[in-house]
Amino acid sequence: MKTWLDSWPVFRQLTGADPLGRGVAARSKATENLVSHTADADRVVQSVCPYCAVGCGQRVFVKDEKVVQIEGDPDSPISRGRLCPKGSASKQLVTSSTRVTTVKYRRPYATEWEDLDLDTAMDMIADRVLDARRKGWQVEDKGKRVNRTMGIASLGGATLDNEENYLMKKLYSAMGAIQIENQARI
Amino acid sequence: MTTVSSASPAFTGRDPDNRLYGPLPDVQAESGYADDHPARVGFFTDTSVCIGCKACEVACKEWNSLPMDDSHGVRDKIGLSGMSYDNTGMLSANTWRHVAFIEQSRAVDLPMPTHRRPGDDRQDTGLPADPITNGQADSLVTAQTSVLNAEALSEYDPQTGQSGADKQIRWLMSSDVCKHCTHAGCLDVCPTGALFRTEFGTVVVQGDICNGCGYCVPACPYGVIDQRKDDGRVFKCTLCYDRLTDGLMPACATACPTESIQFGNLDELQARADARLETLKGQGVETARLYGRDENDGVGGAGAFFLLLDEPEVYGLPPDPVVTTRDLPSMWRAAAAGAALIVGAVASAFVGRRR
Amino acid sequence: MAECHPVGFQWVSEAKARGAKIVHIDPRFTRTSAIADLHVPLRVGSDIAFLGGLIKYVLDNDLWFKEYVLAYTNAAALVNEDFVDAEDLDGLFSGYDPETRHYDEATWQYEPQEEPHSGSDDPAKAAEQKQSEQDPAVRSADRAQAAGSGGPPIPAKPRRDETLQDPRTVFQILTRHYARYTPEMVAEVCGIEPEVFEQVARWVTANSGRDRTTAWVYSVGWTQHSVGAQYIRTASILQTLLGNIGRPGGGIMALRGHASIQGSTDVPTLFNLLPGYLPMPHANQHQTLDEYVADAAGKAGFWGNKRAYTVSLLKAWWGDAAQPVNDFCFDYVPKINGDHSSYRSVADMIEGKVHGYFLVGENPAVGHPNSRMNRFGLANLDWLVVRDLQMIESATFWKQAPEIETGELAPETIGSEVFFMPAASHVEKEGTFTQTQRMLQWRHKAIEPPQDARSDLWFYFHLGRILRQKLAHSTDPRDRPLLDLTWDYPTHGPSMEPSAGAVLQEINGFGPDGKPLSTYMQMKDDGSTSGGTWIYCGVYADGVNQAARRKPQREQGPVALEWGWAWPMNRRLLYNRASADPSGRPWSERKKYVWWDDEAGKWTGVDVPDFEAQKRPDYVPPDGAKAQDAIAGTDPFIMQGDGKAWLFAPSGLVDGPLPTHYEPAESPVQNAFYKQQSNPALEQIQGPWNRGNPPRSEIYPFAVTTYRLTEHHTAGAMSRTLPYLAELQPEFFVEVSPELARLRGLTHGEFATLVSARTAIEAKVLVTERIRPIRLRDGTVVHQIGLPYHWAYAGISTGDSANDLLGVVLDPNTHIQESKAATCDIQPGPRPRGPALLEFVESYRRRAGVESGKVGVNGRAPVEDSTGAQETGS
Repeated sequence: MKTWLDSWPVFRQLTGADPLGRGVAARSKATENLVSHTADADRVVQSVCPYCAVGCGQRVFVKDEKVVQIEGDPDSPISRGRLCPKGSASKQLVTSSTRVTTVKYRRPYATEWEDLDLDTAMDMIADRVLDARRKGWQVEDKGKRVNRTMGIASLGGATLDNEENYLMKKLYSAMGAIQIENQARI
Repeated sequence: MTTVSSASPAFTGRDPDNRLYGPLPDVQAESGYADDHPARVGFFTDTSVCIGCKACEVACKEWNSLPMDDSHGVRDKIGLSGMSYDNTGMLSANTWRHVAFIEQSRAVDLPMPTHRRPGDDRQDTGLPADPITNGQADSLVTAQTSVLNAEALSEYDPQTGQSGADKQIRWLMSSDVCKHCTHAGCLDVCPTGALFRTEFGTVVVQGDICNGCGYCVPACPYGVIDQRKDDGRVFKCTLCYDRLTDGLMPACATACPTESIQFGNLDELQARADARLETLKGQGVETARLYGRDENDGVGGAGAFFLLLDEPEVYGLPPDPVVTTRDLPSMWRAAAAGAALIVGAVASAFVGRRR
Repeated sequence: MAECHPVGFQWVSEAKARGAKIVHIDPRFTRTSAIADLHVPLRVGSDIAFLGGLIKYVLDNDLWFKEYVLAYTNAAALVNEDFVDAEDLDGLFSGYDPETRHYDEATWQYEPQEEPHSGSDDPAKAAEQKQSEQDPAVRSADRAQAAGSGGPPIPAKPRRDETLQDPRTVFQILTRHYARYTPEMVAEVCGIEPEVFEQVARWVTANSGRDRTTAWVYSVGWTQHSVGAQYIRTASILQTLLGNIGRPGGGIMALRGHASIQGSTDVPTLFNLLPGYLPMPHANQHQTLDEYVADAAGKAGFWGNKRAYTVSLLKAWWGDAAQPVNDFCFDYVPKINGDHSSYRSVADMIEGKVHGYFLVGENPAVGHPNSRMNRFGLANLDWLVVRDLQMIESATFWKQAPEIETGELAPETIGSEVFFMPAASHVEKEGTFTQTQRMLQWRHKAIEPPQDARSDLWFYFHLGRILRQKLAHSTDPRDRPLLDLTWDYPTHGPSMEPSAGAVLQEINGFGPDGKPLSTYMQMKDDGSTSGGTWIYCGVYADGVNQAARRKPQREQGPVALEWGWAWPMNRRLLYNRASADPSGRPWSERKKYVWWDDEAGKWTGVDVPDFEAQKRPDYVPPDGAKAQDAIAGTDPFIMQGDGKAWLFAPSGLVDGPLPTHYEPAESPVQNAFYKQQSNPALEQIQGPWNRGNPPRSEIYPFAVTTYRLTEHHTAGAMSRTLPYLAELQPEFFVEVSPELARLRGLTHGEFATLVSARTAIEAKVLVTERIRPIRLRDGTVVHQIGLPYHWAYAGISTGDSANDLLGVVLDPNTHIQESKAATCDIQPGPRPRGPALLEFVESYRRRAGVESGKVGVNGRAPVEDSTGAQETGS
């Protein structure tokens, strides 16, 4: 039977099985209520580590639409639940305080960034693509038909998804841009 | 129904079994947990397969939301330590897993035209200052020379015997952690009950109780537990007590890529470690040894123990740690005797006066 | 591997625990060396000498796997009598043109069986095709990769001598070519003890054969050399001789460095490739679809179906607009006609030829060698779009680049308009990564990206949508490819995120019934099927996202076929038919993997057979057979034009049919083999911002190599910005030996300055015996310097960039730079600041006899010094 006295450690120490007061008797309220911060996650999502190419499985714990923990996926036959220091740090990649989450714009010759609305930025970029495409257009080069623009180049990182790479190559090819490169060359 | 237990040694100073020293078959029962408590758990850190990746450090910090710190344990500071690839320096209030890197070398006669490392044109006498020390004595320099441990060199024995003439250097890596001692000095001296032994046999600080008195800090024979200066309270590895209550492995052991950090029931880990040691000895790794495995050692055996490839000092571990409260019972007895003597003397003085 | 792929290393640890010997061959003593049975500290840039030595050891000691080599390789093929080996021409193979620095492959070809037989329906066309491949413009545009994974066309079946005695057999040529690669020569060139070499040779050969296999694992330590492709070729020759290809525990495994760098090659954002290793059409060769697929007509193997793959791709892109009458819109695909790779484009940017640039999760201002040159490129654009998670150096160069301090750049002179577009992280979007073993794994989305952050899928889908809107009323024919594009992906959510699943289905392809294809064998060349990437066909087999399969490893066997999906056709080990002998029986019980089940009449095993399931081992192709039908039942290498593994490459490599040792472009050492110092075909980019250190220069006397650390990731945007990683390796440092430290007076923990013809950088000194100098036979000592390359000025952990020190010299096959071997000087103390830095570097160049590296405004040619700010950036 629990009494108010039970919340007093010295009482527990004197009356319980822990006369030295180093175990049961010393347990605090916070200790009794302790749960891991993944225990009450809303969902666990299976993902893949974004660093090297080993492709370790990750489990992403989400609570209140925030990532609260990322750890290895024990189901993965590649990684068997383990992660390296980078994979273990990948929650910080998502929650980093220095992450930039709004559009920044730098005018020609300007010395500072400005803020820009996402839709406006998209529209401005589209205009510039069409302009650069036109300026660099070649119907022929060295007497051969090429139908391309030399005005636009692109360099992708190798953390792009296959679907992203595919849309990029498809769109660039359709606009005639050929100087399309990737970290895979490096 | 509550009954007062037999007189507490905390009050009497009488502890015929010396519960503060020597082997203890059941640390949890000793701390008042009922017979159906879970098995004692711990870490077996096998440094012979550690690749020094530091996943344990990061996984620990991520799970426990610890601040970053430098090699001196200074919070929110970073800096190159110069101690090989180790830049977090030591276990501290902010670093609960720490990977040590030890670079060792010895002079060997190469089957090359030269008997020295190529380019080493030093004469036997009057050599210029070694670039590592370069006549300086700051902490960085001391740290670097200390890992090139002379005793280790004399005992140098490549990990795998058959590596040929080339293996003139070796790079030891070891992930250190709180030992969760059978007899934990920090726990024994804690006056507030902030430190306690869990049902898993581990030793944990309760942040809601700790008042920052700091008695535990010098009580740890390994220098593990540490005070966070801005906060005042002490912090150390909890063996992920919150994860254990949830049926999960500690974060470091979960991440460790090569199973250098193994988590499990202590008796199983001990058996595994004994077998591993035998294997390594069989492969000719004569310098391999277990550290913290022996329950007759100064802390009654550790809950987190290690397989090392060299002397403990090489890794920055004390060679023969002894729980600082070992002599507490006899000290209590001496103190009680002294007190009795004083009381007697004072009483006799009164008696004398009365006389 | 322990250093850069720690979790993958668990399998090495496990193998070691089971008795495998682990040998680590690396100039640098790393975390891998610490655990290995043997570390071989060879000199940077000497790998071909080492591997060539192993080849000679195998041949001399008769340790090659005879049945395997005779049946599965081109060892018995006879080579053209005009072929002259580099051994006989002091480092040049026959066919070299010193004017163009290109080879003509004509003399490297097989001797034909009878009269030249192209296998093509149109021999004239195939011959013309062959001819046009020797066109320098075509060759510089990457014929090597243009041949795709199928290998280049074989114009004729070779004459063979099964006794291998004819001096013109590949086997005899190989034997002669490596005759000088003795243990002593290896010791001399690589700077290792002959005993160490022989130990490796004994272990490798003792662990190869019927019962045992040896695996080789490499990373960019091999590719980032001016002879990078040839490094891997050397390993291929060795592994083929030992019978270690296509067998469990064998192979040559590329450990790639980024989450989907394999995917970025398969579904390439690369100038010379279309999806699935189809080449980009070349203006000089491929004006029509017929011309484009002509080379396939003569090919055996699965590349013989190139037309079906190409038409399916065109149907995926242009849908109903792609019809037989208009060549399936083949003309919509822009044509290449030279090297349009990244570094070339950057040089063009500096000259103002490129107007707009997209950087999508890439940080060339730090991560690319000669980062300085890259920053000059960025400073001369009209506009730049940077998509990333953090404010990376490639987005802030206009106000924070090191060249601002030296006065070479200033915000006021830089006209580049910069858009920083925040990106979604890996948990904020769904899609597939392809990891290093060709396995696609689907990531489920965990949360929505914050604020304006969007996936790259979102960005490109909506950019395309807006472009099409803006051009909707255009009548210009050049806009047709955009307007006819299939671009109607379903979207969801308030941000209108396009469906990655729908894109993956398009990549997989659809049959005439509108259902997802299950195998690329179903692809047709008549336009009835579509499919964006033929090698990925099957990832949506049965309408199921196979890449999302996650059957726990405990519930399946070690090959784990039900976790993710690997191309092609979920085969986990390529060319695995070679794990059985010619008659289809496993080479040994211990190494049993895929074998012929005669009763069932099909190939079976623990993996999906990488072979037509019902093709009998005794199948002999009839005359005139094509594509896969021309592959015999004993030819495991089904993507090769002749089904064989090539010990000698009659075509496909632009710098020689056999790997041979050249020194890196920047080397302190003279080539011990030939007068020819470095790769005669290596590719250079000229400019004041890319000066080279002369070979064997006393001014730049030390060898330097760059590398990664476990704690950081490439250019650092994903690691220097994270506290828990930054604290682990908090500062840029340089690793030197005690001997070099003594020689130059460097102090542990203090700064040192490293100088090349590009610039000078400073780093904290870490003196360590893990770095070893090399003593050559003549007594010279070669000092080596190690530099991790993760740092720059942004983030929590900062420092100078190692890549600033490096120049750009390229492997002509791959256009990959030689960033693993260069030279420099090192001096104690921090580097000069401001304009003094420029004079310091220039004084080195003067002393070394290198042309001036001074640049004008924004890094342009100095003659343009007088042009005003108004003219820059256009």
